[in-house]
Amino acid sequence: MAARMKITVTVTLKNGVLDPQGRAIESALKGLGFDGVNGARVGKIIELEVADGTSRETVEAMARQLLANTVIENFRIDMP
Amino acid sequence: MKAAVIVFPGSNCDRDLADAITKVTGRAPAMIWHRETELPEGLDFIGIPGGFSYGDYLRSGAMAARSPVMQAVVKAAGQGRAVLGICNGFQVLTEAGLLPGALMRNAGLNFVCRDVTLTVENSQSIFTSRYAAGEQVTIPVAHHDGNYNADAETLDRLEGEGRIAFRYAEPVNGSARDIAGILSSAGNVLGMMPHPERLIEPEQGGTDGRRLFEAAMMALA
Repeated sequence: MAARMKITVTVTLKNGVLDPQGRAIESALKGLGFDGVNGARVGKIIELEVADGTSRETVEAMARQLLANTVIENFRIDMP
Repeated sequence: MKAAVIVFPGSNCDRDLADAITKVTGRAPAMIWHRETELPEGLDFIGIPGGFSYGDYLRSGAMAARSPVMQAVVKAAGQGRAVLGICNGFQVLTEAGLLPGALMRNAGLNFVCRDVTLTVENSQSIFTSRYAAGEQVTIPVAHHDGNYNADAETLDRLEGEGRIAFRYAEPVNGSARDIAGILSSAGNVLGMMPHPERLIEPEQGGTDGRRLFEAAMMALA
């Protein structure tokens, strides 16, 4: 079997896009007595296992075509 | 009118939509499974139903938009066929790039399931010609992700080009500019969160949805 590598794609909402889940988390943290929380944003982490040598361009294409909706989301790729 | 309804795993309004089309046009639509790569010949109308296609995995409509049958739907839309996406169908159409913007989690976080009042903004389209501009109609919504979002430039363009078909008469889910349904630039694709297929006969509590299918039939028959 060919060598594999692990890639992490982090998908986050763009700045300015309202994140109702993040707001609910922020207010729940405040309700628990954690003062000083100024904002919470919810995103996703997608861990991919791909063939060693897969290019960043290929992973970017995956992110653009499916993993993130670039109308409302940004993504960050972490790969070895 | 020769119609088809696309069925994904997790669709749950497909039979309601098929019933509405059958009752209004007198002809049952073809039910097309998501794995099909081609649509029947000579279709006039394609319906994308509500539900939770692919369990709403990743994002509502995201997986369905990349399914084999949607490649055929995108092609048919490009050829001018009428495409109506309701609720999850609207989410699928935005994810597939047939309509701009995105549908996000409702601003209030709750699933909203109730009758809402809509204002008809565009009464010139093939879907809305049986309504009057400015008319208010009551149609139910049932969704968790109906919060329409697009950048200001896109919203201005939709408004400027008369592509907002319906607006909520009062805020329902946080949608930008109270948008409930939008048209494609060519006018042959309509996506809307409310469910017109649920109001076809008086026994369903009203018939405000019926005219949408009547309009399509008049335009396409």
